[in-house]
Amino acid sequence: MKMKTRIWLLAGAMVTMAFAPGCKPKGAQSALSGDAASKVYVAPGEHDEFYNIVSGGFNGQMSVVGLPSGRVLKIVPVFSVHPENGWGFSEESKPMLNTAHGFVPWDDLHHIAISTTNAEHDARWAFGNGNNTPRIARVDLTTFKTVEILEIPNSAGNHSSPFITENTEYVVAGTRFSVPTGDNRDVPIETYKENFKGTISFISVDKDHGTMDLAFQIEAPPFNFDLARAGKKKSHGWFFFSTYNTEMAHTLLEVNASQKDKDFIMAVNWKKAEQYIKEGKGKKTKAKYAHNVWDENTHMATSTIKEDILTLDPKELKDIIYFIPCPKSPHGTDTDPSGEYIIGSGKLAAIIPVFSFTKMLKAIENQDFEGTIDGMPVLKYESVLHGEVEKPGLGPLHTEFDGRGNAYTSMFVSSEVVKWNIETLQVLDRVPTYYSVGHLMIPGGPTGKPHGKYMVAYNKITKDRYLPTGPELAHSAQLYDISGDKMQLLLDFPTIGEPHYAEAFPASLIKDKQVKFYPLEKNNHPRALKGINNARVEREGNKVHIYMTTIRSNFRPDNIEGVRVGDEVYFHVTNLEQDWDVPHGFAIKGANTAELLVMPGETATLKWVPDRVGIFPFYCTDFCSALHQEMQGYLRVSPAGSNPVIKYSTGE
Amino acid sequence: MKKIGSSNRAMVLIAALLMITAYFTPLWQISLWAPQYPEGLNMKIWIDRLSGDVDIINGVNHYIGMKHIGVEMFPEFTYLIYVFAFIIGFGVLAALIARRWAVYTFFSMISLLGIGVLVDMYLWGYDYGHNLDPTAAIKVPGMAYQPPLLGYKELLNFLAYSGPDTGGWIIAFSGMLMVIVIIRGYIEDRKSKLQNPFIKAQ
Repeated sequence: MKMKTRIWLLAGAMVTMAFAPGCKPKGAQSALSGDAASKVYVAPGEHDEFYNIVSGGFNGQMSVVGLPSGRVLKIVPVFSVHPENGWGFSEESKPMLNTAHGFVPWDDLHHIAISTTNAEHDARWAFGNGNNTPRIARVDLTTFKTVEILEIPNSAGNHSSPFITENTEYVVAGTRFSVPTGDNRDVPIETYKENFKGTISFISVDKDHGTMDLAFQIEAPPFNFDLARAGKKKSHGWFFFSTYNTEMAHTLLEVNASQKDKDFIMAVNWKKAEQYIKEGKGKKTKAKYAHNVWDENTHMATSTIKEDILTLDPKELKDIIYFIPCPKSPHGTDTDPSGEYIIGSGKLAAIIPVFSFTKMLKAIENQDFEGTIDGMPVLKYESVLHGEVEKPGLGPLHTEFDGRGNAYTSMFVSSEVVKWNIETLQVLDRVPTYYSVGHLMIPGGPTGKPHGKYMVAYNKITKDRYLPTGPELAHSAQLYDISGDKMQLLLDFPTIGEPHYAEAFPASLIKDKQVKFYPLEKNNHPRALKGINNARVEREGNKVHIYMTTIRSNFRPDNIEGVRVGDEVYFHVTNLEQDWDVPHGFAIKGANTAELLVMPGETATLKWVPDRVGIFPFYCTDFCSALHQEMQGYLRVSPAGSNPVIKYSTGE
Repeated sequence: MKKIGSSNRAMVLIAALLMITAYFTPLWQISLWAPQYPEGLNMKIWIDRLSGDVDIINGVNHYIGMKHIGVEMFPEFTYLIYVFAFIIGFGVLAALIARRWAVYTFFSMISLLGIGVLVDMYLWGYDYGHNLDPTAAIKVPGMAYQPPLLGYKELLNFLAYSGPDTGGWIIAFSGMLMVIVIIRGYIEDRKSKLQNPFIKAQ
């Protein structure tokens, strides 16, 4: 090459480089168009249009967010202790976190299911799954309080949960990890295929009170169960579970569980399973699990250890399970609002398969099988397939629906949301997310009646979206307007914990049903006080029970003497207020627990074992009135072995 | 003494019977608004009891040393039911005997009841607003908290309203009916005077 030519090429390269910034990926600013601000602006004093119940992931809680503003309204403690209000620290709430392993103060909450009737949100309860020590929790949406937690036996990694049927008949729990069950659990890991089981639990939900009961378990092959979705309307009676690791590997799954071209969506005919249970075909097995229930009248939880399980064996009982081949380790499996289409999102697949429920029934009728797994039929892919979405993007994870015939699929790898038509399978629009979107959420999206106005993308990576806060950054959510043909980014908002799935519903469903306070006359706590007259201190051996009242702005009693080092002191605090938004707090110096936050009309108990002699102040922690700072008291602790007289008073 | 006509008798009877609603509806109401209570606090006074946000009002008012409002604060609750029963009974009697004097007496009773209630309310309000606990947490020099007798009044951070409630309005209506009966009596008098041949027109 001649020198001159080289120089020209060099010059050309430099010019190209000079213009290169113009070719960089576009930022979010360019993605904003129109008057986004006014669409998310909720004026002071106005309320949001939707409640958004968001899983907290590794914080084990749920957060309550208003949409479209993205404002966080509350953190509901579920599986994790919450010193802020005494959840898991008060004597009354400790049993809620009991398990067959004893007290477990944390879990990993991934998915939300809002109760439905006729495949539409009734928003009476929010269910959440505990991933690590398998559990399902139920939150009452009139009090935003966790009122029930059921442990799932024979499960490990309760990820495929807590999805519900269209009338909230059942909430399911598919195990992510297959594990040995029954009596023989001390087995070599390499005997995975023989000894490990993939258990699917169906938990019935009482239609009036919401109380959960482990109805039956299905012993499925030792796959990994990832996510699930109930059929609805025409497919009501069926449940669809995505599976991966159908290779049945037990080590280096990253490689070993990614070998097959297709894994399965497991279709479960739960009506058939119900029928087998009625016919007495369920096998009685045993495994310990805790059932924890909160009582709104006694303001306390009870934990019961149960052990009876009814197990169905689909190897012997026909027509419960059918496998639908689905490309490459499907993550989400989602049914459209009509119940006809089942969308599998193979996270490593280049297409999105859409299955037809009608075709599935036909294939079952025609015995269109390509084989069996332990006697359970595997349907032919082509016989069940409605069609494939071509070139949707990279890394499809989850699909939600707008009720207008469109589906929206999150693409983790290509960091975008893709809108496509369910019938025609045509890609209609795509928008970038910032960055690497996980779950998607459209209000009412998983139900038969989506409110296709907004969509929220819950992203896994934040990077530069907010002011940086050291190595750990806020997880980001992004709100899109999906009312038009093109999706429009409206807002970024940070979230609490690591959100996975979330659901949203119109605020009008529950906002006028909120409990404002607990009526004192209905307080059946055994140590409740109905007025200031019975405030007292009683010694029972080395236990000291302090029956205390709070009302603006005093504790009764507020001078307490006669306690000794090493005593078990129980503060039974009743909040006598009968007005909305007047909780009182209680904290005492040196307590190795947390504070109590007592709602109006409620009684809560803090246990405290004084470790030294002295005067211990206690005070109200929730700014309750103009004289809040005066709401305080003293407790005197005398030496162990001494014989001080119990004395208590207020205002003397 | 003169008798009254049948339509007037019916009106007297209606006025008396309407007053029975006083046993089932609140007579008076007091409402309070503050920045912290945009929805308002409302207390209703019935013939023999109180209802509404009484406990909350007590909770708020104790800071400035106002007395605890309770049923025991109003001896009126013990005898008002009899006073009403007596007046209603007399009203029914007045309709039966249909004498002019009975109508006047019945009207006087209703008026005196109304005036009595207002005077009583004023005296109670004066005491409630002025007779404060000397150990109150908040003391504003020169400030009294007497609630308005009728209408609106600003008291520190609160706007207070006082006025009749359903039962009170119905009693007022009964009084109005009696006024109409009495006016009609006068008009009849004038007519009969004009028609009387023994009295010359002036």
